[in-house]
Amino acid sequence: MKQIIEVSNLNFGYNDTLILKDISFALNRGDFAGIIGANGSGKSTLIKLLLKTISPQSGEMKLLGENINRFKQWNKIGYVSQKANSFNSSFPATVEEVVAANLFSKIGLFKFQKKHHKEQVYHALELVGMQDYGKRLIGDLSGGQQQRVFIARVLVSEPEIMFLDEPTVGIDAKSEEAVYCLLARLNQELGLTIVMVTHDISAITIHANKLICLGENGLFMHNPSEGITAEFVSELFGYGVNLHLHDCKNCHREVI
Amino acid sequence: MLEIFQYDFMQKAFLVGILIAIITPSIGVVVVLKRLSMIGDSLSHNSLAGVAAGLAFGINPILGAVLFSIAAAFGIERIRKSFPKYSEIAIAVIMSTGIGLAGILSGFVKNSANFNSFLFGSIVAISDFELYLVVGLSIIVILAVVFLYKELFYITFDEESARLAGIPLKSINVIFTLLTAVTISVSARTVGTLVISSLMVLPVATAMQIAKSYKQTVIYSIIFAIIFTVLGLYISYYADSKPGGTIVIVGVLTLICVLLYKNVLRKAIVKRSMAVTSRK
Repeated sequence: MKQIIEVSNLNFGYNDTLILKDISFALNRGDFAGIIGANGSGKSTLIKLLLKTISPQSGEMKLLGENINRFKQWNKIGYVSQKANSFNSSFPATVEEVVAANLFSKIGLFKFQKKHHKEQVYHALELVGMQDYGKRLIGDLSGGQQQRVFIARVLVSEPEIMFLDEPTVGIDAKSEEAVYCLLARLNQELGLTIVMVTHDISAITIHANKLICLGENGLFMHNPSEGITAEFVSELFGYGVNLHLHDCKNCHREVI
Repeated sequence: MLEIFQYDFMQKAFLVGILIAIITPSIGVVVVLKRLSMIGDSLSHNSLAGVAAGLAFGINPILGAVLFSIAAAFGIERIRKSFPKYSEIAIAVIMSTGIGLAGILSGFVKNSANFNSFLFGSIVAISDFELYLVVGLSIIVILAVVFLYKELFYITFDEESARLAGIPLKSINVIFTLLTAVTISVSARTVGTLVISSLMVLPVATAMQIAKSYKQTVIYSIIFAIIFTVLGLYISYYADSKPGGTIVIVGVLTLICVLLYKNVLRKAIVKRSMAVTSRK
């Protein structure tokens, strides 16, 4: 199965106003897709629809080849939200406890965590470079570190698709770059399909292989390898913008 | 020191008190971390309305309390869905309903002394039926919180991700709501309607000051609740005070001590680190 996400003729709106109008697109296994667009264009709404948190007015969505209404393999879907911004930092949980929580599908209902599950937790933490922080309280970490832990929480269940909704909001530029590099590495090394809502056009252009652009005229796909210009972004956002593209020092990637 | 145990009623009081001290914070951890601390107050006031209904219409008051408390708990869950960002509205609405109903129904109760005993409880006057009820309930609650430990943790920490992980959210929320309602209504009979929510929150608040993980928070909450109960019962026996109220005051004083200790400790750490910096 090559196509892992399929969306056809999707319509969604609040009250009488349609936010997403006749949206269709498909993503292949191993894609790293960025969803970009102005505020209110429906980026986060699209993720919520794909996670079945909300239902569309009409249209069809398929995950792993299965219609979303019949889809049962939610353990193969990971989701990272804007946790650095909304997270309750006084919650008394360790990094290890937070990551282990997502092992539910592997452990099962009414069953207890065993030694090999702990090894899986530390393996996931190692993938994000947080293996030394297992016993630390999640609230004591920086925003960037917390976000890495939430990515590890998704990875521990070995998902096939990872959705991220502006995961770098509220964290500093250096940590933001590190998160992008981490995602690019996971995409390449594990073959993980990544779909990410972002406002950082420069960073997503460097790392993604597909851009899902949501604008006033609906959705269109863009190949970042064709480059990105201020005119392109201005047309998408509906107002003039200046674009400052930069290299990624961490992964030594350059804007094409 | 041990003469207190020569009385049958005190043995029962300690047994029931310790069992309630185990189950209330086990439920309380989830309630507090979900930021629903006032739910205990709301449900206990509704169980009081159930007690009044039971006494007024000649049915078992504990059964009345359980039924009213369950209805109130599901009422809160339903109203919360209408105000997803304002859970406290649901709690306030149901609490007002409970107080209103308790006020009206208590007017039909002929034996007001019996009704008043439910306000502050009567842990030293427990019948065999109430003892068995608490023992049975405790076994169910302990089994539920042990076997649903990881599920309750995930739902409390991040409900949306828990759903995506495949946790049967609705079923576990229903089970937890039922357990909370039954725990509050049954415990309210022994330690008192006005006291039970304190027992649900105080040990957890104290544990959160020193715990370094969720697991520790659960364990310390139970330990603190047992200490509050045992100390409270001892003091109430020798000082001839109301047991329910004494248990709560012991809890409040312990929390204040822990907060003061943490404050002193924090200042000492800051002072030490400033001294180290100035030496450099």
